[in-house]
Amino acid sequence: MRRRTGSCCEGRLLSHYTSATDADRAAMLAAIGVDSMEDLFAEIPEGVRLRRPLDLPPGMAEQEVFDHLSSLAARNRHADSEVTFLGAGMYDHYVPSLIDSILGRSEFLTPYTPYQPEISQGGLQVMFEFQTAISELTGLPVSNASVYEGPSAVAAAGYLAKQETGRSKLVVSRGLHPHSREALITHAAGYRMTVEEAGLTDEGATDMDALVGLVDDDTAAVFVQQPNFLGTVEDLGALGEAAKRTGALYVVAADPLPLGILSPPGELGADICVGEGQTLGNRLDFGGPSFGFFAADQRFLRRMPGRIAGETRDVDGRRGFVLTLQTREQHIRREKATHNICTAQALNALAGVIYLSWLGKRGLVELGELMARRTHYAREALGLEAINPGAVVREFAVRVPDLDELCVRARADGVNPGYRLRDTYPEYEDGLLVAITERRTKADIDRLAALVGSVREGAPA
Amino acid sequence: MSEEAGRRPAEHSTQTIYERSVEGRRAFTPPADEVPQVAIEDLLPPEAIRRRPAELPEVSEPEIVRHFNGLSKKNFDLDTGFYPLGSCTMKHNPKLHERVAALPGHARLHPLQDPEYAQGALGLMYRLQVALGEIAGLPHVSLQPSAGSHGELAGLLLTHAYHEDRGEHRHKVLTPDTAHGTNPATVTMAGYEVVKVGTDEHGGVDIDDLRARADEDVACLMLTNPNTLGLFDRNIEEIAEIVHGVGATLYYDGANLNAVMGISRPGDMGFDIVHYNLHKSFTQPHGGGGPGAGPIAVSDRIEPYLPRPQVVRTGSEGNAGEARYGLEEDRPKSIGRMRGFQGNFGVFVRAYAYICSLGGEGLKEASETAVLNANYLRARLGEEDIARYLPIAFDRICMHEFVLSGSGARDELGIKTLDIAKRMLDHEVHPPTVYFPLLVEEALMIEPTETEPKERLDHFAEVVRSILREAEQDPEIARNAPYTTPVRRLDEAGAAKRPVVRQGMGENPGEPRRAATNPAGATGAV
Amino acid sequence: MTESYPEDLKYHAEHDWARIDGEEATFGVTWYAQDALGEVVFYDPPEVGSTVTRDKAYAEVESVKAVSDVFAPLSGEIMAVNESLAQSPESINSDPYGDGWLVRVKLTDTSEVESLLDAAAYRELL
Repeated sequence: MRRRTGSCCEGRLLSHYTSATDADRAAMLAAIGVDSMEDLFAEIPEGVRLRRPLDLPPGMAEQEVFDHLSSLAARNRHADSEVTFLGAGMYDHYVPSLIDSILGRSEFLTPYTPYQPEISQGGLQVMFEFQTAISELTGLPVSNASVYEGPSAVAAAGYLAKQETGRSKLVVSRGLHPHSREALITHAAGYRMTVEEAGLTDEGATDMDALVGLVDDDTAAVFVQQPNFLGTVEDLGALGEAAKRTGALYVVAADPLPLGILSPPGELGADICVGEGQTLGNRLDFGGPSFGFFAADQRFLRRMPGRIAGETRDVDGRRGFVLTLQTREQHIRREKATHNICTAQALNALAGVIYLSWLGKRGLVELGELMARRTHYAREALGLEAINPGAVVREFAVRVPDLDELCVRARADGVNPGYRLRDTYPEYEDGLLVAITERRTKADIDRLAALVGSVREGAPA
Repeated sequence: MSEEAGRRPAEHSTQTIYERSVEGRRAFTPPADEVPQVAIEDLLPPEAIRRRPAELPEVSEPEIVRHFNGLSKKNFDLDTGFYPLGSCTMKHNPKLHERVAALPGHARLHPLQDPEYAQGALGLMYRLQVALGEIAGLPHVSLQPSAGSHGELAGLLLTHAYHEDRGEHRHKVLTPDTAHGTNPATVTMAGYEVVKVGTDEHGGVDIDDLRARADEDVACLMLTNPNTLGLFDRNIEEIAEIVHGVGATLYYDGANLNAVMGISRPGDMGFDIVHYNLHKSFTQPHGGGGPGAGPIAVSDRIEPYLPRPQVVRTGSEGNAGEARYGLEEDRPKSIGRMRGFQGNFGVFVRAYAYICSLGGEGLKEASETAVLNANYLRARLGEEDIARYLPIAFDRICMHEFVLSGSGARDELGIKTLDIAKRMLDHEVHPPTVYFPLLVEEALMIEPTETEPKERLDHFAEVVRSILREAEQDPEIARNAPYTTPVRRLDEAGAAKRPVVRQGMGENPGEPRRAATNPAGATGAV
Repeated sequence: MTESYPEDLKYHAEHDWARIDGEEATFGVTWYAQDALGEVVFYDPPEVGSTVTRDKAYAEVESVKAVSDVFAPLSGEIMAVNESLAQSPESINSDPYGDGWLVRVKLTDTSEVESLLDAAAYRELL
């Protein structure tokens, strides 16, 4: 029998976050009525037993794990170690301290899905408050308690459209995030639907004529993004009219933060509004976890994916909250469920609702206006040819004659100039997508402009 | 309620953050803005400008903190007490993990950072892929799927791509009748038809039924092993043979992997595709329902179809031969992206830290202890005065969890499983998963995990015993429980009949904007 | 209400009843069905003008934690659905043979009625 107050592993004692001592183990085996641990695994056929140790490095002490992960982290150039203009779907916004403090509370961090509402009122009320905030931002009357993240939320809207319309085609704007388009295509293979793409105009907005040409009687949904991937503020109302002519659902993927100053998609005809929630108080985390949101018109309430919290009363008449309309979900409706998603991104959605409470009614507008002003200032200051010269609020695309050189010089100077469009938009070979947040000061912007200027001076005429 | 009363910060306040709003209050201070102060009307076309601000709350920072702290106190959580929620693997979340996940090099790393400047993150992901592959016994891992359900969908999309590539058009997927609801839901989302396979008298897959249903139209069998009854399927090798014999893939739902780490590997059992629930076996804080992650591992024949991009080792650099890592996008047979960016990296950091802490032997001991704990609790709850009311569904050695039936309590005491669960709340333990699996009447599905010391298992058994003793005297006590929680039983039927899913919806269901908040300040509970 | 199975109705083994009125009929679910289901919270009716086929599902009723298909005891075309159930689905529990009716149907083949059970035969099934 092995020593158990810390087990033997390569001659070292490790805790494994368990408690059973040798004495415990002996008493427990006796109570079970078996002689050895091995007897507990007698059901597993010998042919599928692993009769060797897992080929993994030996366990480590906490401080060793910390040092190892710290050394890995140190090899990453993060948003505090450079001045970054990188956006393209996730943005370097300031995350206020109270989010760390509140999310660190074990009562939010360590429970699971609120299956027992009587002891989960905190989490359930947070969901209700989150749903309210998302409805407010999007201008749509019902929201769920969050889904995985942005692009898969777009794909979830496609599934709703399939179930609602029974049609087999999805039409996307090329202004939809490339990851959203690709995730939609991946998922649509399962829905047995096709995805067609409407291009962008010379001004970097969705091409209305192209869209109209693609939307037909077999189109289940039309997807556009606000602002679009290049940062263009789309004419959502006009696009919606074109999208809905044949009864297709109109889906807008939106960055929720600029919705403080931009018209809510629901007021411009959107049937569904989805999006990536990272900009609402979530860390960059190299891409996740964050949350996706999913809001819709009232008539889709019973077709929504995922968890939804609802208000009710207890037997004593006290106000309370529960998970509601669960008959939509996989654990009840099984193969007929509105989606296969099981839980939500509750902790990330909590960060979202704290963030929106912190910004508040005025702050959301102030922040949106500040970003829009800085974004326009930056576009002017860089003095480059704009790919999308129209309205922008947080990001814009420009052509950079000597982009390779700019990137080299900027990186050497501790500046990340932005996202190079060539990989996902080959038509903009020399395109650079520049993101502005409240963290990018005028001085930062001027520094990038100076770099652009220095490259231009150095470049052959 | 008067305005005065509404302002009182009552204990157990049910005020929402919106009801705490008072015009003019704020928490956020905008940073200094040195660029020209152009009016928004000069920057945006009129139709694009929001006319009315979103009705977010106006609350000061201290009151926001108090609001959410107050809410937190109405939650029961794993750091507070026993949480034997079957199938959810509520194991301890080491505190180290939050610290390493929050390192700026992780938390503040942009997902589109040039791989040259993200070598630490890509290296961590690569190491995690290798470790997970070893644990599952399948060599190729994609970390991308966002959750177990997402991993399942990826698995069936991979199966679809694999068969289509071979010119085979299959349209059925087999799932056992004990399956998690996500399995059949995923089957439909992936474009297949569900065909159910029965359970034999030992709680395993009914081999004869499987044989009868397995044909050339079947694309896949989705299986959890140990299954949702907590039983290891002794016929797994034969099952694999039948499934592979008709050219279908065998899919492993990793929800129950915590039973077999280092003991038995899905790849060795014959599975082609596995998903892991990193939030279960690999200790993510469950966050009140997310986030998690659902990486998948696959065999050689499925590898070409894995989602894009894939984290790969690109070689070595320099004299030290330090490994380099990159994101491989050029995967022509890939099913494509499942989501944005590279997956839930913050979850990967925690899972990797856990694997580093435990090592191979430690993971095995974690699984062993989980199984020991489950069997010990099974034995304690198998004592005659409990088992007569809550008989075990399949009376044999279990793996990491087991299922009791509340049929005896219902028939003899007149209390349902729901009543027992609700009475547990008064004893400050979290109830097991109830009414699942569907196969077992009045089911209680119990998974203590390796986290729990013997005395907490003993305590839980005593709680169950005391609830049953009490019900022998007076079943009404359990029927009306709980009594000590922030709210008591809630009217779920009422919530579903007339859904109120946001503030003010009760007054104005179709209109997105909620009823105006009281401009004078906080209102009472609406 | 207490358990009852009115003599004037015809019954289908899937726990549905039909009140025959010449070439028309009203359908609903039996006391047993509503009791098994628990408190009904939602009824998803078929569209008026659609056809229903004997032994096939034509609508869904939901409780908090279950969804059940409702089967047609007879074939026909939907003439009307019980709109009041949108506001008060609980009528299916409180008055399954009255206010809790589900649809009115124009029958396509009245001879199908012979396949249904009378109250005594249905009780035997339970």
